[in-house]
Amino acid sequence: MLFRGTATFAGSMVLIIIAAIAVFLVVKAIPAFQDDTENFFTFKEWFTDGDTPRFGIAATAFGTVLTAALALLIAVPVALGIALCLSHYAHRRVATTLSFIIDLLAAVPSVVFGLWGRDYFYEPVTNLSKWLHDTVGWLPIFGSEGPYGKSVLLGSIVLAIMILPIVTSLSREVFLQTPRENQEAALALGSTKWEMIRTAVIPYGKAGIIASVMLGLGRALGETIALALTLGSVFAINWDFLGPGGITIASNIANRFGEADEFGRSALIASGLVLFAITLVVNMAARAIVYRRREFVGSA
Amino acid sequence: MSVQTTERVGLQNAQQLRTKTLPTWSPWAVAAAALVVSFVLVYLTSWGGAVLTGVVAAVLFVLFLGIAATVVEGSRSARNRMATTLIYGAFLLALAPLISVAWTLISKGTTRLDGNFFGTSMNNIGAFDEKGGAYHAIIGTLEQAGIATLITVPLGILGAIYIVEYGRGFLANAIRFFVDVMTGIPSIVSGLFILSFWVFTVTPLFNNGQARYSGFAAALSLSVLMLPTVVRSTEEMLRLVPSALREGAYALGVARWKTIVSIVLPTAGPGIVTGVMLAVARAAGETAPVLLVAGGLSSINFNVFSGNQSSLSLYVFEQAGVASEFAPGRAWTAALTLVVLVLVLTVAAKLLARRNKLAR
Repeated sequence: MLFRGTATFAGSMVLIIIAAIAVFLVVKAIPAFQDDTENFFTFKEWFTDGDTPRFGIAATAFGTVLTAALALLIAVPVALGIALCLSHYAHRRVATTLSFIIDLLAAVPSVVFGLWGRDYFYEPVTNLSKWLHDTVGWLPIFGSEGPYGKSVLLGSIVLAIMILPIVTSLSREVFLQTPRENQEAALALGSTKWEMIRTAVIPYGKAGIIASVMLGLGRALGETIALALTLGSVFAINWDFLGPGGITIASNIANRFGEADEFGRSALIASGLVLFAITLVVNMAARAIVYRRREFVGSA
Repeated sequence: MSVQTTERVGLQNAQQLRTKTLPTWSPWAVAAAALVVSFVLVYLTSWGGAVLTGVVAAVLFVLFLGIAATVVEGSRSARNRMATTLIYGAFLLALAPLISVAWTLISKGTTRLDGNFFGTSMNNIGAFDEKGGAYHAIIGTLEQAGIATLITVPLGILGAIYIVEYGRGFLANAIRFFVDVMTGIPSIVSGLFILSFWVFTVTPLFNNGQARYSGFAAALSLSVLMLPTVVRSTEEMLRLVPSALREGAYALGVARWKTIVSIVLPTAGPGIVTGVMLAVARAAGETAPVLLVAGGLSSINFNVFSGNQSSLSLYVFEQAGVASEFAPGRAWTAALTLVVLVLVLTVAAKLLARRNKLAR
């Protein structure tokens, strides 16, 4: 009975911790909410010093969603391509080795990607930005005159590279689960390999693909250090991808935390609470899809 | 004679039945054509350089291959060929950053790979000092990851035992669901949680009302990140233990808890170790929680319970922001050290998993 009780308590720790995260973030954020002289959700800038603190998460929340969405836009097609390559195209032994390498890529700490993005990848992206501006500069998103470099473009490409492994490995597993019968039936009806994948593999894995993309999204929304190093940290809401700019809730916390006083830290905790709520919703939705799917597979 | 005729007719019919296919060398020819056209197009219009030539050539390759296949083999086969090209293309595209990161790490990370780097801290190192190392950061990483492991492993394994062996009904389902949800909690949120809970609420109680940042707080927030990973992987391993083993023990009159401790856990042991090692590898690379609750320090501090501490990943982040010509060398060498540490753990865990009889 003692053992059982200990085990039950340890299991319940997960629930306790999630509840505690919500409670403590709310408690420590309350002073910030109370003393904020502007609307926390619609104000764009972040001044926590002085007698009349004015701060809001509008710009950071916008930046968080924008960079994550761009990263997904870049990463998802590539990740699905790699996943299909590993599950259906490459030779099995090659695929095993390459999946191993993709898993290693997932283990590389984010600060390393951030440093790489800032010190090395900066240059090709600057050139790309110049080229995009010269070629399709009439589009508002590429309209910036520069200086190029630390921009939404750089941040979201680095972020895309970071979420690539997780989306790849999850969707690869989904593709591998496609029943052999479905695939062979499609081939027996004379379909080409691509038609087989389009008609048998992808429809079967649809829920799994959506879930893996949403888990990638959750990862992208919460990424901190890589974006703190590669974004320009400008509090503004605009659609300029190339100029110095871009900020997210998490990168703002990492960049401001060192200089913030106690009240400033409370304000950062308040913004972290919003991030927690967003990622919690995204993750719960993704897991709910996976769970419904699991029951479906179980009954099939 | 008549037999020969029928044979010839049959052969002709067979050739008509079989669809025409492009010769095997055709992709190479198409690739060469695409490259030439792209070169002419890009350089004659002075539109860009070598990189653009490559990109345009890749696009033209897919386009030309599609056209050639449509003309000879039909549109379905053309789509098939284009899809195959794009899928392999996606793979090559993803290899580029991987190789670039690896190359940058090795070429830049070896600049400060010397005894001084691993033997000294950053204490009294100014912007014009060439020396200075990561000794204090390595100490911090090892201590924080070690304590986080000590906290997480018993908790995680017991939690998984509850889910697999005892858990029934609503509570078990809720725990399983939230373990998965917890995997997705951003590391910065975990850092903020320990900041508000441990640093701002608990430590003032026995520190004269002063908030105390420490390496232990960093270990706590790392264990929040590790817990769901450990529970999940242990749970999967426990489920693989054959129920015949459990039933055999029950039939001999062994108590349930003793069955779990002396039969189930040893059987699942290697798999559990693999999961723990992967979790440690991930936690050791985290920067944000350490930045928030351990604060960072340039001198050596062995005491995890009192005073700021640094860690390798935080050291990389700090050095990335230092305005000194020697800082990038230190940052990259520390990054290389961190990656080697994390990869050694990951590869060892994967090799252990491969030798695990239960999983195969």
